[in-house]
Amino acid sequence: MLLQLEDVVLAYGKIEALHGLTIDVEEGEVVALIGANGAGKTSTMRAVSGVRGIQSGRIIFQGEDVTKLRADQRVRKGLSLAPEGRGIFPGMTVVENLDMGAYTRRDKPEVGKDFDRVFDLFPRLNERRKQIAGTMSGGEQQMLAIGRALMARPKLLLLDEPSMGLAPMLIQQIFTIITEIAEQGTTILVVEQNAKQALSRADRAYVLETGRIVKTGTGADLLDDPSIREAYLGVA
Amino acid sequence: MSDSGKGSDTAVASPKGLLGLPHLGLRDKWERGPIWMKLPVVLALVSFCFYLPFLNILPFAQVRTDLSAAGTDWSSVLFLIVVYMIVAVGLNVVIGLAGLLDLGYVGFYALGAYSVALFGSSSSPVTISLQEKFGFSEGWAVPFAACIPLAIAFALVAGVILGAPTLRLRGDYLAIVTMGFGEIIRIILRNATDITGGPKGVIGIPKPPGPVDADGRDFFNGLDVHRWYWLALIVLFLLMFLVRRLENSRVGRSWLAIREDEDAARIMGVNAFKFKLWAFAIGAMLGAIAGVLFASKQGVVEPNGFKLNLSFLFVAMVVIGGSGNMMGALFGAFLITYLPERFRFLDQWRPFGFGVALVAVMVLRPQGLIPNRRRARELEDRKAEAEEAAVDV
Repeated sequence: MLLQLEDVVLAYGKIEALHGLTIDVEEGEVVALIGANGAGKTSTMRAVSGVRGIQSGRIIFQGEDVTKLRADQRVRKGLSLAPEGRGIFPGMTVVENLDMGAYTRRDKPEVGKDFDRVFDLFPRLNERRKQIAGTMSGGEQQMLAIGRALMARPKLLLLDEPSMGLAPMLIQQIFTIITEIAEQGTTILVVEQNAKQALSRADRAYVLETGRIVKTGTGADLLDDPSIREAYLGVA
Repeated sequence: MSDSGKGSDTAVASPKGLLGLPHLGLRDKWERGPIWMKLPVVLALVSFCFYLPFLNILPFAQVRTDLSAAGTDWSSVLFLIVVYMIVAVGLNVVIGLAGLLDLGYVGFYALGAYSVALFGSSSSPVTISLQEKFGFSEGWAVPFAACIPLAIAFALVAGVILGAPTLRLRGDYLAIVTMGFGEIIRIILRNATDITGGPKGVIGIPKPPGPVDADGRDFFNGLDVHRWYWLALIVLFLLMFLVRRLENSRVGRSWLAIREDEDAARIMGVNAFKFKLWAFAIGAMLGAIAGVLFASKQGVVEPNGFKLNLSFLFVAMVVIGGSGNMMGALFGAFLITYLPERFRFLDQWRPFGFGVALVAVMVLRPQGLIPNRRRARELEDRKAEAEEAAVDV
């Protein structure tokens, strides 16, 4: 088991966002976490990446309890997050952003290879190496966030709403790239509002409602589930 | 020179210059110029700085502040400008590079000044008690050279003591706590009479050692003030070099990331707390060094010399000059120290002028007079984000 969340409770002040979440991710899987706005998707990502501490429960990564570790320590363990929306460094160029992604790494030649890999996955970023990240379009910023997370060469890549605010064409494109990354051997936990894309790409998925897991199964099964179709896919 | 190497390749992407500022074209040319072109210019500028106390050729001598009888000694003004420049370089590390609003910076300046006063003066309560305890003679005091590391050590410790619990706060909260710190230092200096001499202050602060003049005066004395200025200038150049090195290192990159987006920095593996504490400690150290210089030339310190308004003045230097850009901070320190001295006859208008200048800069050039390009972009980005948010609602 690569990642296990056991009864994770996360609260902002008195408001509990996650009420005892239990999730696990096997090595090599693509696991999707789908849910509506406010279901606790981003909170889950914050808990796993360590940006927010949790109130109770445990987070186990590669058999090691990382619950008490800070976000920067978890990166060194192999967890890397591509945050939602404007999570890039707006004043840095594309290359500088990617360079920050490799912040924890000392193996220069290997970092060079990963630069090539990211530019391979996202030719757009290659064209815009010197551009200031904050001046790029939403889609490009999203690609940069994913590319930057890959630069850490993570064992588990966490993607927070990779499709947020993107045009349908681009959503398709981003998910194709995500599948490609998975095929190259990176385990992925993706949180998504776009249930259709997420479920069709994921090996397994969890359905999150108001801070609780209400359903779990393979991506294909959930796609066929009538209640999911009604609630998340807009078809009866 | 005023921006990092990385900053200059970003300039390639926007040949028009950011925000369409006219003089940035010149800056680009300068930054991309070859070293053999830059070196003579820098050397000439540095020599000019050293020559300034003797500038006496009209019309250039008009810049002097001692042309009228009511004026202030020119070398003393230059000295103060440079001391405040050191302060501005230090505070720029905290505010400009790490993005932490410190409104109590005067506290570190005071600590530096009082370190050299309390340990270096043979008549301070601290040295007197040391004399009694260890049976030293009455004239004994800690030598000047030993006071400097003492001052630096005190400032570092104070920086960490203040920073460790408060750096977890963000933005406004940090500003308020640091402001409190500045006041606490001053109030302790005033009220702990047994240790600090209280409101009377401390006299007999030692001067830096140097060869004795032909007429028996110390090298650093009250008449040859230009020597003080030169000393401060050398210290400033040294510190500028060190801070610039730091800025372009992994530490500088970590500060930049924290300033742009702290959460994003943390998920890249940056130990945000550690680097913020470093910024605080380094800033504190520079403030203390400036304080040592100031106190040593002054010969006297008293608590009222370190009021909170000095903190605001320091922040204004960095912000008006261009937060995040060392050259901007230097320029800000120069303007805010020099102009009131040069135009002393407008003394009564000083607060008014200062207020108008602050508002004007904030409205017309919020990124400062000589901005850090990256910071200017961050400002733009934040504005765009706010506008987007407003549209969403």
